[in-house]
Amino acid sequence: MSEATDTSGPVLAADGTPLKRSLARALRRQKLRALGLVAPLLLFVLVTFIAPIADMLFRSVENDIVADTLPRTVVALKDWRYDGGEIPDEPVFAALYADLAVAVEKKEHTRLGSRLNYETTGTSSLFRKTGRRVDDIGEHFQDQLEGLDDAWKNPETIAAIFAADPTAERYRPRDGVAAMLPRASAAYAKFAAFTESEGDVAAEEKPWELIYAELYADLTAGQGAPYEGPEAALVRAAVAAVPGFEPLSFKEAFIEVDDGWESVEIWGTIKAYSPRYTPGYFLNAVDMQLTPEGIERQDEGQRIYGLLFKRTLFMSLAITISCILLAYPVAWILANLPMRTANLLMILVLLPFWTSLLVRTSAWKVLLQQQGVINDIIVWLGLGKFMVWVENAWNWFGTTVGFIDPAMLVDFASNEGRLTMINNQFGTIVAMTHILLPFMILPMYSVMQTIPPTYMRAAKSLGATNWTAFWRVYFPQSVPGIGAGSILVFILAIGYYITPELVGGTTGTFISNRIAYHISSSLNWGLAAALGAILLAAVLLLYWAYDKIVGIDNVKLG
Amino acid sequence: MQDQPTKDAFVEFERVQKSYDGETLVVKDLNLSMPKGEFLTMLGPSGSGKTTCLMMLAGFETATHGDIRLDGRPINNIPPHKRGIGMVFQNYALFPHMTVAENLSFPLEVRGLSKSDREAKVKRALDMVQMGDFGGRRPAQLSGGQQQRVALARALVFEPELVLMDEPLGALDKQLREHMQFEITRLAHELGITTVYVTHDQTEALTMSDRVAVFDDGRIQQLAPPDELYEAPQNSFVAQFIGENNTLEGVVKSLEGDVAMVHLDGTNHVVEAKAVNVSQVGERTRVSIRPERVETDPERLQDEAHTLNAEVLEFIYMGDIFRTRLRVAGNDDFIVKTRNAPDTVRLKKGETIRIGWLTEDCRALDA
Ligand SMILES: Nc1ncnc2c1ncn2[C@@H]1O[C@H](COP(=O)(O)OP(=O)(O)OP(=O)(O)O)[C@@H](O)[C@H]1O
Ligand SMILES: [Mg+2]
Repeated sequence: MSEATDTSGPVLAADGTPLKRSLARALRRQKLRALGLVAPLLLFVLVTFIAPIADMLFRSVENDIVADTLPRTVVALKDWRYDGGEIPDEPVFAALYADLAVAVEKKEHTRLGSRLNYETTGTSSLFRKTGRRVDDIGEHFQDQLEGLDDAWKNPETIAAIFAADPTAERYRPRDGVAAMLPRASAAYAKFAAFTESEGDVAAEEKPWELIYAELYADLTAGQGAPYEGPEAALVRAAVAAVPGFEPLSFKEAFIEVDDGWESVEIWGTIKAYSPRYTPGYFLNAVDMQLTPEGIERQDEGQRIYGLLFKRTLFMSLAITISCILLAYPVAWILANLPMRTANLLMILVLLPFWTSLLVRTSAWKVLLQQQGVINDIIVWLGLGKFMVWVENAWNWFGTTVGFIDPAMLVDFASNEGRLTMINNQFGTIVAMTHILLPFMILPMYSVMQTIPPTYMRAAKSLGATNWTAFWRVYFPQSVPGIGAGSILVFILAIGYYITPELVGGTTGTFISNRIAYHISSSLNWGLAAALGAILLAAVLLLYWAYDKIVGIDNVKLG
Repeated sequence: MQDQPTKDAFVEFERVQKSYDGETLVVKDLNLSMPKGEFLTMLGPSGSGKTTCLMMLAGFETATHGDIRLDGRPINNIPPHKRGIGMVFQNYALFPHMTVAENLSFPLEVRGLSKSDREAKVKRALDMVQMGDFGGRRPAQLSGGQQQRVALARALVFEPELVLMDEPLGALDKQLREHMQFEITRLAHELGITTVYVTHDQTEALTMSDRVAVFDDGRIQQLAPPDELYEAPQNSFVAQFIGENNTLEGVVKSLEGDVAMVHLDGTNHVVEAKAVNVSQVGERTRVSIRPERVETDPERLQDEAHTLNAEVLEFIYMGDIFRTRLRVAGNDDFIVKTRNAPDTVRLKKGETIRIGWLTEDCRALDA
């Protein structure tokens, strides 16, 4: 009996531990070693690939700038609704002043201006102009306080009111001042922090005008009355005097600085973009926009991304197909030649890899340009008239069938039958087909190499002609190579940048060129990120579709 | 050594030569004539040109020189797909992307048969090789033997008159191979197909064929029915290659009719041998004797039998037979096979005995 229970229990290893556990331990050591071996690469990929992609995806929706630069304005705008009518009231403008004053000191307002300028033009200059004159608003209060007593001009006096130890290098708020003068001390704290970040001592620097404005606000609110501490006499005098100060409407002051603030569009935009996450970039990337009224289509003249996406897909497809057509016979020959010759020819296939991309692209420029080698040959052969005819036929076909992209209509033979083959789609397709060809040949070759010639012989011995034998027997077996090559070429093409940039002109550029433009010229990284994210999604989608239709196991790279 | 072209020859090679590189001849001077319905095996060591001959016949290689005729018509200029020759490849060459039934249907499809005809023929062919239940499978889902049978069925399904098989059983284990040998010969005879079969397994060649062509060095060394090949090898290559064989080297002393006296090297023995491949006195020769034709029991030696002294070096018990290794006339590898009969003497190592054989079993071949 006891033996029976023994065997039903866990199987034990030689040392008495359960077999499962000792197996797990042995495997764990193996796994750890495997992990150790891949760790450097994993880390590298994480840092240089996964992390940037994640960051990019995040950037495409991230919109902290408004909420960070105008925190109080965003809060004050909560209750305001855009309905095309009224601009916000005084408290919002007061908050805007408080935010802008800080932003201007930190020189952050221009960044915000350019960000909002993507959505509503004119915002950039509005912020810049306002930034130059926002001091004036604060000076209104500063001047009146200083008129009361010259002591207000002295930074040390101000520091004595707010700081625990005015002579200290680092600012610390004095106990109780936050309760007595909440807004002013908050403003002073910001000032002190900023001053220290610049490497200065707060007590020696001229305080921001904002502090005076906030002090005025505190005092009028009756906060200063029970004030105690340094300079108590000065503060009490001010408390007594403020009701006699000339008041200021922030709203009017801002409108006086720039009547752009009267525009309800600006406020609508600020409100629409005040959340920390926005769909705005993605909407822009699909030719829509997030306006105060909601989501709208982009104006006719500005709808470019849809066309660019379509063009990118179409041209990548064209490049992939021409690669297949050119690579298949080459791969076939390579796979069927004796090894020595095949290796020699393989060097020729790989040669482009060892040549600079720029050199190859420039070579195409030389070949294809109007006064280039190919055009010279066409003219020399007297084919000019024929080319004009080809052009007409093509354009007629294009207008009747309707191309996806108007850029496909060509103006060929404008110049004695010389073709325009560069700085357009044709040039891009030619140059990129050449550049990406090895990526098609290599997987095809390695797949074809594994197809023994006996299959073709068997097919022929069974009575098939060369043609039938090829299509029924050889071709189906080479499909995995075509699949692998196509995926490789298509995905490389869809994100290609440098060649379209150099030979694409205006009609042959890809979405990637636009992304590059937003990254390096317009600095609209959010939009660039959104475009990139869409491109990534498109590639993943195609990959998925390919898996569904052809099956990813059918892809062989060797 | 050549066989004369006959009128009713179905397959004929005439003075065929083949070179791949323009420097060496892989096939040197091939003359072969096969009547309809014959099962002929090409046997030879690796690289002797067997596959090359088959490929020339199938049309995948062209002969550098000479004529190949099928049913009297030269086929050098007929493209492979029109030759109507069934072929079983060494690695079967079943199309991996088609099912078994599709593989079989392929030759019928390209011949334009109707769907119902195709299905009927495919079914019949699969049943013939007992693979009727496997029509829906891919080749990769079959065992080696099953693939072999499918390949055979595919080569036969379009009813060719000539079938070529290139080492079709090379990848199978012994038992399955023996079974398939039987199946193939049965089918070939039942269907009356002319078959050219390539192998380098001599047992296979001997058991299956009507005639065997022994290849070496790009030539047919001997073309004969199996028994003749074994018992009357025409030269020392064939004697060595087919079955086990003892050779003693020597010089022809005298020649009388078809009897040659041979002086064995390093001894003063002169043995009597059947002159097969020697033509003049003084010529070097190899004397060949089959191990089972050597008699060790003095009582059974016939009077006219030639006898020699031999020293027993090794005695191996093999169950049905005894295998004894002797030193005879300076040759340490002289093998004798004796049947395990109740009265057979079991020799002891170190013993000296007398051995003998009949003159007609002792063949003087080329050196
Ligand atoms: N395509 C080829 N190109 C060049 N030489 C070849 C080619 N095919 C075969 N040979 C050479 O021709 C000779 C005969 O080859 P073949 O394949 O006919 O031999 P085989 O008798 O079938 O040998 P095995 O029993 O090993 O199959 C060999 O020396 C081989 O190297
Ligand atoms: Mg061979």
